[in-house]
Amino acid sequence: MRSDRNASAPLGLKIAAGAGLAFLHLPILLIFLYAFTTEEKSYQFPPPGYTLKWFAVTWNRPDVWEAMGLSVRVAAISTAIALVLGTLCAAAVSRTRFFGRETISLLVILPIALPGIITGIALRSAFSFAEIPFSFWTIVLGHATFCVVVVYNNAVARFRRISGSLIEASMDLGADSFQTFRYIILPNIGTALLAGGMLAFALSFDEVIVTTFTAGQQSTLPIWMLEELVRPRQRPVTNVVAMVVVIVTFLPILGAYYLTRDGDQVAGAGK
Amino acid sequence: MSSMADTSILARREGPSGRLSDYFWRNPKLLLLLMLTPPLLWLGVIYLGSLFALLLQSFFSIDDFSGLINYEFTLATYRQLLIPSNFDIILRTVSMAAMVTLASAAIAFPIAYYAARYARGKWKVIFYLGVMLPLWSSYLVKIYAWKLILAKEGILTWVFGKLHLMWLLDAWLALPVVGGSSLSISYTGTFIVFIYVWMPFMILPIQAALERVPGNLIEASADLGGNPAQTFRHVLFPLALPGIIAGSIFTFSLTLGDYIIPQIIGSSRLFIGQAVYAQQGTAGNIPLAAAFSVVPIVIMGLYLWMAKRQGAFDAL
Repeated sequence: MRSDRNASAPLGLKIAAGAGLAFLHLPILLIFLYAFTTEEKSYQFPPPGYTLKWFAVTWNRPDVWEAMGLSVRVAAISTAIALVLGTLCAAAVSRTRFFGRETISLLVILPIALPGIITGIALRSAFSFAEIPFSFWTIVLGHATFCVVVVYNNAVARFRRISGSLIEASMDLGADSFQTFRYIILPNIGTALLAGGMLAFALSFDEVIVTTFTAGQQSTLPIWMLEELVRPRQRPVTNVVAMVVVIVTFLPILGAYYLTRDGDQVAGAGK
Repeated sequence: MSSMADTSILARREGPSGRLSDYFWRNPKLLLLLMLTPPLLWLGVIYLGSLFALLLQSFFSIDDFSGLINYEFTLATYRQLLIPSNFDIILRTVSMAAMVTLASAAIAFPIAYYAARYARGKWKVIFYLGVMLPLWSSYLVKIYAWKLILAKEGILTWVFGKLHLMWLLDAWLALPVVGGSSLSISYTGTFIVFIYVWMPFMILPIQAALERVPGNLIEASADLGGNPAQTFRHVLFPLALPGIIAGSIFTFSLTLGDYIIPQIIGSSRLFIGQAVYAQQGTAGNIPLAAAFSVVPIVIMGLYLWMAKRQGAFDAL
């Protein structure tokens, strides 16, 4: 008899949980309101009036488009690298037991467990030591390093669920290991990789701390935002960009959720 | 004998991919090595290499006159961390991280408990996405949202004005340490934004720990006469503790290393992250920056070691 499942929550708990969720969501909703304000010089609330003109102004700003383009390119290439490295690592760790297996899991998690500023400054001093000039590729190098963990987490969780007998059956029926990979493993881990890739993309698209150390003069969208935060020049344009960024990052999260929701472990549980 | 075993079941595979596949089957170690080489080269050599290079620099010192790095082993840079102005930065950051962690746990617990014990079906999904979306939404946008909220002309001042509570806000801002001329340039503001940005990381581990608490344990506690406070104190809290510690690893570590939040919303007094940034940037003192960045690594190392002893990693 599981009577506890039908009990309803005490009122105090309901209020505390609801207030907690509201605390998490109201500030983001406020961003949507401010994208339409007519006020240019301050963050006045309530907005004196509402307008759509800042969307047109933002649309015609080449610097915003450039930053957006750079962010998308960096995120796409970092995600591709992270997909390869993360899948290889996950496959090695989940199929076999070997000496140093725990160390590899730790190594993959380290770039995200240590504060971003340490990863950033370490890479920066390594670049200056090796006399590598800052470029598109130095940004990608930093991003791929911490994107591996997201792909790895998703892939490891899925590998755990594929039963080993499936692979043995495939081998017994005469498939070689490449065929087994192509027809058995890949279809099974496909959605997990897609989800991991989406999350890696979102992580890279939003990253700012490591990027400030590994980008030279180029600015990704988060760097552009950071400059606006430190020295506000174009508040209305920043409001619109902030709203667009919220929408753009929500899509991969929802996508990753729907791809992995049947599993025991859902994507993104550990950022 | 071995040739019989090779041929008795299946013929050798033909073609280069077939031979390669057979070769890997006989030498699983080689396949493992091939799979591990690319990620290990990337993470082990590039990442760990740069990390060690950074740590090494903390044992060098900077020449006060020329401003050049003196490549001789010394502990002088670490001694500099102990001078009052630098040690204050460390104390300030660690106490902020501790307070943010405690407050995050207090706010996260009811959400996690409701999601774990009462939310079913559609509500389970709503709670899950309700935590995931803020967790993953843009870090800078979240800070920007709070800049809008905490600004002098912003929504918070407006709400206090509507409720005729301006005196309360003014009294709070007049307090010595936590106050300031406006919420967006005070410790209070920094504290709120830290909680907002890192608290979602606390919810999922606590929820995971609470999902494993059988409901009948709580009923048993009530049947034995425990009131809700006693049940919480003696049953729920000890069982949720590994989850809370697991979540606190995130909130503590992330607060410890952050330099953007206190720079944008806060007073001009520095945190560790800002000190690292300033030392390596404008001051050009890489050894001191490296020594400063060793502080969070050491603190997190100790923290992780204690967390491991408490069994927090099973709740991750």
